[in-house]
Amino acid sequence: MCGIVGLYLKNPSLESRLGELFEPMLIAMTDRGPDSAGFAIYGDEVPEGETKVTLRHPEDDYDWESLAGAMAEGLVTEISWFRNANAAVFKIRAGEEQVRAWLQESAPDALVLSIGRSIEILKEVGLPEKIAGKFKLSAMKGSHIIGHTRMATESAVTMEGSHPFTTGMDLCLVHNGSLSNHNRLREVLRREGIRFETENDSEVAAGYLAWRLEQGDSLKQALEHALEDLDGFFTFTIGTRNGFAVMRDPIACKPAVLAETDDYVAMASEYQALAGLPGIEHATVWEPEPATFYIWERDA
Amino acid sequence: MKTFDLTQNTVRELNQALHDQSGECMEREFDVFSPHGQHNIACGLDQNLSVNIMGHAGYFCAGMNKKATVTVHGNAGQGVAENMMSGMVRIKGDASQAAGATAHGGLLVIEGNAGARCGISMKGVDIVVKGNVGHMSCFMGQAGNLVVCGDAGEALGDSLYEVHIYVKGHVKSLGADCVEKEMRPEHIKELGNLLSRAGIDEDPARFKRYGSARQLYNFKVDNASAY
Repeated sequence: MCGIVGLYLKNPSLESRLGELFEPMLIAMTDRGPDSAGFAIYGDEVPEGETKVTLRHPEDDYDWESLAGAMAEGLVTEISWFRNANAAVFKIRAGEEQVRAWLQESAPDALVLSIGRSIEILKEVGLPEKIAGKFKLSAMKGSHIIGHTRMATESAVTMEGSHPFTTGMDLCLVHNGSLSNHNRLREVLRREGIRFETENDSEVAAGYLAWRLEQGDSLKQALEHALEDLDGFFTFTIGTRNGFAVMRDPIACKPAVLAETDDYVAMASEYQALAGLPGIEHATVWEPEPATFYIWERDA
Repeated sequence: MKTFDLTQNTVRELNQALHDQSGECMEREFDVFSPHGQHNIACGLDQNLSVNIMGHAGYFCAGMNKKATVTVHGNAGQGVAENMMSGMVRIKGDASQAAGATAHGGLLVIEGNAGARCGISMKGVDIVVKGNVGHMSCFMGQAGNLVVCGDAGEALGDSLYEVHIYVKGHVKSLGADCVEKEMRPEHIKELGNLLSRAGIDEDPARFKRYGSARQLYNFKVDNASAY
């Protein structure tokens, strides 16, 4: 059992309230996942050719300032950055591959939580309420956000094993369920050059979608392929730089509820998580169909 | 009439007040506000009560119901009216998967659509769905009736025993040992009765009937010697 939630704003005037609207949704899913929690928020995008990276260090008082200085010098570029608890977000005038290469070489103990132009991922072990408070989720702004509360089954209760998972390109995924062909698929994807940080099954699904997008698929095409190639139980909520999607496997034993108004699309494992959203009493509320995906995208 | 607001009271308090009526009944009508998708609302009732839930309910709403009439003015989560014994449960919106699972008696009416596995292992309940039902509905259904005014998903009535299934719309596929059967006058009468009890205006003549072909292992007299 795990809880997944997502909120995609159609009305830009709500963007300053994204975190405030989303925090109670995440906390409402504590019963489904008390082990760890995390979220991926999209917003505050950097221009094309630049990179935004979220890093984490086990030490709360890690010297990010020195790292920022070294990075600016090493990459010979401008960097702006801010700290959020034991994580820090860097905006860098350099491409993703350059940034990755520098981090691997010069700051191997800083873990890359997310990398892209818009995405920021924050996750930790512990109760969702504690994690939301630690990263000041309620004050965050953005266009869409997806989150996960974990009850671990396929791998250990660690920060690394907690969701959301990303393998780059601003793509990110949260998963309720378990995949049965993840080991084989991971090997195939590794040969295709996709990086994996853990042995977790959900990371493979994220890697698979990133690989399909890299091959030139649209999000719709990538999800069509995923329905053919992923075996197991899943309800996924997926974020891209400008889009939001929900997909269920053909067996559909993992729950999901969607709600849509003129202002937003919201997804949760259980309706309880949606009950506090503004205008929910007049929203269209439905259960996504088996072997079906739903996509909302704004102009890139 | 008594009202409960589930932002003020817990589900446990509501259910206790409902259970308290099972001996001597002091209050027959209950309105429940702000259910907000909470689980186990109005479970285990054993009295001729009328409970109105004004909003969406979570999992296992009205489970194990006996005698009571429970109406959800919204959607219901998975396992609504599971193991119902008697009485009536009506969902004004949609129901999630496993609606009416293992229920022995009573009437379950779903005015919207039902998800997968509606009436799984049903044992005597009557279920009337105004919309569609999802895949594997009526799996191993043993007794009772399932009426679907819309379409049915894949593998309808797989490994069926004695449930009568009536579907007006399209059936995506039939499960193992489930076959279409002749609609005789007694079935038109039975279906007319069910629709009228559910308060749904449909012409019984437009439905098809499905049932067990009785070809699976446990139907073969040759296998009786195994015991």
